[in-house]
Amino acid sequence: MALLETRNLTAFYGDFQALYGIDTMLERGETIAIIGANGAGKSTFLKTIAGLIHGADDSVLLDGAPIGAKPAAEIVRRGIALVPEGRRLFASLTVEENLLIGSYGRKARGPWTLDRVQALFPILKERRSSATPTLSGGQQQMAAIGRALMSNPRILLCDEISLGLAPIIIADIYASLPQIKAEGTSVVLVEQDIVQAMKVADRVYCFQEGRLSLSGRPRDLTREQIHRAYFGA
Amino acid sequence: MDDNAARPTQAFRIETASRASRAAAAAACIVLLVLVLLPLVAGRNLVQDLIFLFYMLALAQCWNLLAGYAGLISVGQQAFVGLGGYLLFALTLLGGVNPLLAIPIAGVVSALFAFPTALIVFRLRGAYFAIGSWVVAEVYRLVFAQFKPLGGGTGTSLTPAVTSSVPGIESIKALLDLRTPAARDIVSYWVALALMTATLGFVYLVLRSRRGLALGAIRDHEAAASGLGVDVYRIKLAVYVATAAVTGMIGALIYLQKARISPDAAFSVLDWTAYVIFIVVIGGIGTMEGPVIGAIIFYLMQRYLADFGAWYLILLGTLAILIMLFAPKGLWGLLSERYDVTLFSTRRRLVVDGKNGRA
Amino acid sequence: MTGWLDALIQGALLGGLYALFAAGLSLMFGVMRLVNLAHGDLIVLAAFAILVVATKLGLDPFVAVILASPILFVIGFALQHVLLNRTLGRDLLPPLLVTFGLSIIVQNGLLQTFSADSQRLRSGAIETASIPLGGGIAVGVVPLLTLLSAIAVILVLNFIFYRTPVGRAFRATSDDLEVAQLMGIDINRIFATAMGVAFVVIAIAALFLGLRANFDPTIGPARLIYAFEAVIIGGLGSFWGTLAGGIVLGVAQTIGARIDPEWQILAGHLAFLLVLVVRPRGLFPRALD
Repeated sequence: MALLETRNLTAFYGDFQALYGIDTMLERGETIAIIGANGAGKSTFLKTIAGLIHGADDSVLLDGAPIGAKPAAEIVRRGIALVPEGRRLFASLTVEENLLIGSYGRKARGPWTLDRVQALFPILKERRSSATPTLSGGQQQMAAIGRALMSNPRILLCDEISLGLAPIIIADIYASLPQIKAEGTSVVLVEQDIVQAMKVADRVYCFQEGRLSLSGRPRDLTREQIHRAYFGA
Repeated sequence: MDDNAARPTQAFRIETASRASRAAAAAACIVLLVLVLLPLVAGRNLVQDLIFLFYMLALAQCWNLLAGYAGLISVGQQAFVGLGGYLLFALTLLGGVNPLLAIPIAGVVSALFAFPTALIVFRLRGAYFAIGSWVVAEVYRLVFAQFKPLGGGTGTSLTPAVTSSVPGIESIKALLDLRTPAARDIVSYWVALALMTATLGFVYLVLRSRRGLALGAIRDHEAAASGLGVDVYRIKLAVYVATAAVTGMIGALIYLQKARISPDAAFSVLDWTAYVIFIVVIGGIGTMEGPVIGAIIFYLMQRYLADFGAWYLILLGTLAILIMLFAPKGLWGLLSERYDVTLFSTRRRLVVDGKNGRA
Repeated sequence: MTGWLDALIQGALLGGLYALFAAGLSLMFGVMRLVNLAHGDLIVLAAFAILVVATKLGLDPFVAVILASPILFVIGFALQHVLLNRTLGRDLLPPLLVTFGLSIIVQNGLLQTFSADSQRLRSGAIETASIPLGGGIAVGVVPLLTLLSAIAVILVLNFIFYRTPVGRAFRATSDDLEVAQLMGIDINRIFATAMGVAFVVIAIAALFLGLRANFDPTIGPARLIYAFEAVIIGGLGSFWGTLAGGIVLGVAQTIGARIDPEWQILAGHLAFLLVLVVRPRGLFPRALD
């Protein structure tokens, strides 16, 4: 049984349908990447898994148990954490408080403690008492990832963690992924940066206008296939 | 390429009137005519009840325009009811102005007061504006309570000389063979009817104008409207000042009819704002039909249940909460959703000729 | 000169009462952006509750408050969970109108149950005790306790907000409702908890309201207005600002009353409007926001 599975997943914003029958699978310890153009439904996909948008209960399965209609707080308790697009740190909490609140709903024993997260991103220790708006974009992204790790998630959902960052910073952040994976955490990455995504992912899914247009192992896919799946024929 | 191919094959029109609303307009004319002639045959109690209904409806339409369209949720409209009332007393008792002339003057002066008031309370946003407007009404109340020529905190009454100086009373007395108080009620009735009709007409025209479109945009999404070049502040200010003027005139009329004023009654949040909010909410906020239905329901409740005192008010509060939770668009919202009708058609509809499509 | 100094001191003490009124309002707005139009009536309701507990069980009002606090926490929690949480969203109107309806219900429910008669909480000799400061100025023990309680309440609220996990959750929820849920925060529960805490503050405010002066079912709206003025004068987002706002309001009122007793309330309102004109974000606004 897959760790996480979506079956015929659909999502709506009011009357607007953003996702059409998405079938995906995430195995234990695996990293998958969701790629696609702006508006393809990638973020919606993560938000639906994280419980911010509700679908049919049996359209998302965690260990075979339906979670598609569960509220976000419940999903976190079950071990799925989302690093939201645009970081969205809490502005009236210090850096350290942002990390601490990551474990508010799920106080699971696991490798990720405040010390471990601060060791992964040392700058977060250095700036522990700072107000988050004073952090650089890269530091904010590290804090957002660290905050999600604090709940010791079984699955880490990352929404556009490279967005708006300089290449050297992106490399820094991606350098932390192997350590996260080494703890047995499965990862779902949403990325516009295809090259980056292909490097770290075991498998990729490409979305196009709310539909799954391509999936496979990075080495099995040709440039043409990806180009077509990304932009349409 | 053929020129025609580039054009849409269907023609579009923007309509603001529907068949139902045209029929409603015709019906409204008939109702108006009946209402104008009614006091010639109706008893004095009914005339007095209808005066009450008319001014509550007019106040409700004003509040609806403020809260339902301009997003200005005021809990302080009693400021302008009381101000209008006091202005009428000051103009007639102290200034010797004819009461009928005093009503429009009260409107103008209310607008003049509303302007600086707005400059202050507009610094508060959203829910804070609500309480801020209430504070302003309290300030007005306390200031008029200090005004000794009009009785200070205890208030004062209009002299019979003033109340009977309203033009028309003598001719109605002679025509219908009535005593002075009854004739006075009939004149008040016509003034109230005129004011109510004018208020409805005013709100209707505002909503159908370009400003009205902008108001809808503000209500739906203030930041977006502002981004589209709608000068949100100026439009809100204009609506606030205009409704203050109308509310002031209604206040002047109410206290001409009551002939006795005191700060606590004239600036009562319960009488002039809570009831008015109840009317709008129960009927349906953000529609013109809603307050009409709400006013009729409120009138019936007031007539048959007001004797229960505190229990009656508990019932009103409970009803308002239930409506807000379970039918936030009010009774008219429920009706119009089910039957898709509008009577005062202020919304624009995209009509595709040749088809019955609407967007 | 002594008279003015006395007015200043008595005003600051009165400000303690207004700060207590305002602390609950400030807390509700701070966590759930709720502007509760029934706040004043809830304070009066709590004063009646203390009165009933104190007379029926023959207790001192101070003891009655301590007994009533857990019950009030539960009532506040339930009120938020069952009723007010349903009204929160992008639209401002539902919470405002529901709390306005609640205000009318509470006010008239009290009128129906207790009549319009004035009541007062009795606590023996402490009510009239005062401490002479020399120069003809004396400070009443109850007013002094009011101000000290306001300071204590604010210290406790600051501790909760800045030193406990639940306080972090309060602030996080206030910052970003959506992401707060991603932290596993059950926002309905957090809001209800905040309202429970607010009700305990309301009970403390009610105790001093009833000890300092007479109260009756109709005085709620005026207490809401004072609380609101204190919050705005102080600046949103800081409990210490709220205390300062309460004191400014209290001093304005006592100075107004000294000029002419009829001007007390008006002077307070005018001070509020003046602050609004001169410093619309209040005297001590939070740096961020």
